Amino acid sequence: MSWLTWRVPFQRRLVSSDRSRFLLNSPFPEKMIRFILLQNRQGKTRLAKYYVPLEESEKHKVEYEVHRLVVNRDAKFTNFVEFRTHKVIYRRYAGLFFSVCVDITDNELAYLESIHLFVEILDHFFSNVCELDLVFNFHKVYLILDEFILAGELQETSKRAIIERMSELEKLE
Amino acid sequence: MNPFSSGTRLRDMIRAIRACKTAAEERAVVRKECADIRALINEDDPHDRHRNLAKLMFIHMLGYPTHFGQMECLKLIASPGFPEKRIGYLGLMLLLDERQEVLMLVTNSLKQDLNHSNQYVVGLALCALGNICSAEMARDLAPEVERLIQFRDPNIRKKAALCSTRIVRKVPDLAENFVNAAASLLKEKHHGVLITGVQLCYELCLINDEALEYFRKKCTEGVIKTLRDITNSAYQPEYDVAGITDPFLHIRLLRLLRVIGQGDADASDLMTDILAQVATKTESNKNAGNAVLYECVETIMAIEDTSSLRVLAINILGRFLSNRDNNIRYVALNMLMKAITFDDQAVQRHRVTVLECVKDPDASIRKRALELVTLLVNENNVTQLTKELIDYLEISDEDFKEDLSAKICFIVEKFSPEKLWYIDQMLKVLCEAGKFVKDDVWHALIVVISNASELHGYTVRALYRAVLTYSEQETLVRVAVWCIGEYGDLLVNNVGMIGSEDPITVTESDAVDVIEDAITRHNSDSTTKAMALVALLKLSSRFPSISERIKDIIVKQKGSLLLEMQQRAIEYNSIVDRHKNIRSSLVERMPVLDEATFNVRRAGSFPASASTVAKPSVSLPNGFEKPAVAPLLDLLDLDSDDILAAPSSSGADYLQDLLGVDLGSSSSQFGATQAPKAGTDLLLDILSIGTPSPAQNSISSIDLLSTADVNSNPSNALDTLSSPVPPHTATTASTGMFDLLDGLSPSPSKEATNGPAYPSIVAYESSSLKIEFTFSKPPGNPQTTNVQATFINLSPNTFTDFIFQAAVPKFLQLHLDPASSNTLPVSGNGAITQNLSVTNSQHGKKSLVMRMRIGYKLNGKDVLEEGQVSNFPCGL
Repeated sequence: MSWLTWRVPFQRRLVSSDRSRFLLNSPFPEKMIRFILLQNRQGKTRLAKYYVPLEESEKHKVEYEVHRLVVNRDAKFTNFVEFRTHKVIYRRYAGLFFSVCVDITDNELAYLESIHLFVEILDHFFSNVCELDLVFNFHKVYLILDEFILAGELQETSKRAIIERMSELEKLE
Repeated sequence: MNPFSSGTRLRDMIRAIRACKTAAEERAVVRKECADIRALINEDDPHDRHRNLAKLMFIHMLGYPTHFGQMECLKLIASPGFPEKRIGYLGLMLLLDERQEVLMLVTNSLKQDLNHSNQYVVGLALCALGNICSAEMARDLAPEVERLIQFRDPNIRKKAALCSTRIVRKVPDLAENFVNAAASLLKEKHHGVLITGVQLCYELCLINDEALEYFRKKCTEGVIKTLRDITNSAYQPEYDVAGITDPFLHIRLLRLLRVIGQGDADASDLMTDILAQVATKTESNKNAGNAVLYECVETIMAIEDTSSLRVLAINILGRFLSNRDNNIRYVALNMLMKAITFDDQAVQRHRVTVLECVKDPDASIRKRALELVTLLVNENNVTQLTKELIDYLEISDEDFKEDLSAKICFIVEKFSPEKLWYIDQMLKVLCEAGKFVKDDVWHALIVVISNASELHGYTVRALYRAVLTYSEQETLVRVAVWCIGEYGDLLVNNVGMIGSEDPITVTESDAVDVIEDAITRHNSDSTTKAMALVALLKLSSRFPSISERIKDIIVKQKGSLLLEMQQRAIEYNSIVDRHKNIRSSLVERMPVLDEATFNVRRAGSFPASASTVAKPSVSLPNGFEKPAVAPLLDLLDLDSDDILAAPSSSGADYLQDLLGVDLGSSSSQFGATQAPKAGTDLLLDILSIGTPSPAQNSISSIDLLSTADVNSNPSNALDTLSSPVPPHTATTASTGMFDLLDGLSPSPSKEATNGPAYPSIVAYESSSLKIEFTFSKPPGNPQTTNVQATFINLSPNTFTDFIFQAAVPKFLQLHLDPASSNTLPVSGNGAITQNLSVTNSQHGKKSLVMRMRIGYKLNGKDVLEEGQVSNFPCGL
């Protein structure tokens, strides 16, 4: 049975105090990336980028839950796990898990491909990337990501263009 | 001056943190760093600022609080140099989000940076805006962003385009401002700009119908041409992924075509060729190709009917489903669910494969496959599919059983061809996954059993057999216990054999063994034990020959740790012992449970997790879901008509249940009397348990009854109740009270309330608040009901800021008038009334149902209570 919204006399409206439900009832029905996580096998977050606002405590919960979900999956299994009302597309590279949370109906295969492209860019930029590069240069990883994805959408699909842009930016430092 | 290359402090800190061996060490290092940073912040030295912020970002990523650095971000953003700004914006995006007030302060800096002469600075500002802008910022800065879409540098154009998508998501009204700029981006050659432009157009189409119409008219052909160009383009190393030129752009274009084609036959027609080309020509041996195919199939299924294309799409999905790669199979299952709506037959062909997927080791695939199977079930294949699923239930993982059994129950309930089959399947599920089955499912099973009178014997014997093997499945035991209690005589006499059944020999003592086992087993929960106790009471009358043994089992429960069990044991013992003459009529078989009523209740109570902040126990009169003690009452069906003289006890709540709705309205009176003890005694007296009470006590009790009586309906059931024993005749308490009990022939009236056309109900009651509804119908409009709600404060304190809210399902319309007041004094000093009018568009078919939310302040603290009303009188 579907229920209509609460009726209130006069102009009074309910103010929802529960912000953590944002992820569940996102105001964006659009297909977009909700967050990107980069975690190692132990669950240490190496990069966390949220495109929807979440409370800090909720972010930690999300990171913990996503890690739990992906870390023990068999390599033969799908790269998709359902996470609350969304879906996490993840891919493992050595000891690092790249996870993207998207809408349940979105094109999983495409995100799998974008994760791979992102890793290729990192690999190229750090020439043979390893986890330590990402730890000590975390701010650069964020900058690369900002050139690759913006507002939860893909911004550039050319590896060369991003690497060139990064070297331009490096020169300004 | 680079914070990362020159000053090594950031690297040092990271090293120090990494060198920590324990979490405590790490905390200590971080604490020290944070203290240093705070001190530096207080010195306000701009020199170290960006290094400090970089450190803070790392600390933040480790999960420590860093809010004290927020103002530093703003200062860095306002500083002139690019490196400072860059760290400032990075910190802004990491440490803040759109909800923080601080963010408002940055709007001005953002505006300046968007107009900055250095295009890299403009890029930084656009990036920050696109990732965290709030609705207010979106409004303020939309003109700048719109202008930047035409900027000469492609890096700025693409950022501005995605920034615009965020802006129109936040403020859909702004959509029309961006339509022209977005359309111009579709002509771009630069892939980055093109892909963001397509994304912006897609977004605008979703948000604004005029924009959709515009793009449909002006851009359809252009988009098709772009798609054709990149599909046919020669090898481009920069964009090539596994032989496909820019699959990402493919996907965005296909998605845009989808919204354009949806609902427009002409546009759909135009794109047929290119879709067919993509569907047939795309290589499907790599993930990138499959991603494009997947998007293409989705577009084909969404646009207006082009049946030849759909055949193509279904074929692709069939290929996906047989792929060895799990990812591909997963998306196939997902897509087939959508395909079912237009080509059920084609999807049915894959049934066997889908069933195999239900058994996949990967939980993601299993879950999707199970969803799909549920959609595939129809009247024709239900028996076969159910058999397969139940067979699998036996061997599936424990953690999957819950989902699987829930779906099987859903299928069986929905498509069951006959009752025998339904009962058989449900028994199998209960045997395999009884501990996962939800309450409403086994309640429904009992209702069905109760209604299938010709199958009573068969069912009880089947349950008996099952429970011997699967005694660890809680819900199976409950159903078995209930059935043996009700139909125990059919069990031992092999009554009502049906063709396929093997006769079994069960002695009366065997049947009692099962119940005894259920009641003594240490891991049975209180509901099961309570049900077993009732079953024993019933069997004591059905099996007179072993009633002594039954009595012994009942007596043992006097020592139960559960108060409820203790009390019942005492009461039942007294019935077995002292009231042989009425026992058989007390424990008669339950009247057939009304399926229709149950379904309404179930539908109503299913989504309702009625909760109160004030106190967790909500007693919704007549609600199906009750605290653990309720099954006893429900099972004996005490709450309304039938037999009044059954044993019950304890507080006013049970009295209310016992005597039915009519007395409910008077329960507050009990709380208000000076001698509340008399209330309990009265109950004990009525129930003839315990020691005989002095006459005075009973007189006061009956007085009490009559005062309650005045306040409730004039023709209350209590009239009939008290009439055989007027107060002055109650001279000796014990006999008087037994007279009272005896006087209650099993026929007290239900139609006690014949006052208005519809009886009033207690819509909600908690420890602190009671809501009553009275109904009236405006003449000549049967669909509409006027409800007057009366709120009564049961707590000792006044409620302020009282507000009542209600929600109804779609078939109802609700209008709320203002309440008479927003301050609710203590009961007795007045009440709030509020008028509601409800229009039922399904009048006669569905009955009213409503959810309520009540908020108020009690001693300055906010209290929120929620509940659902599903006990509206029929016919409203």
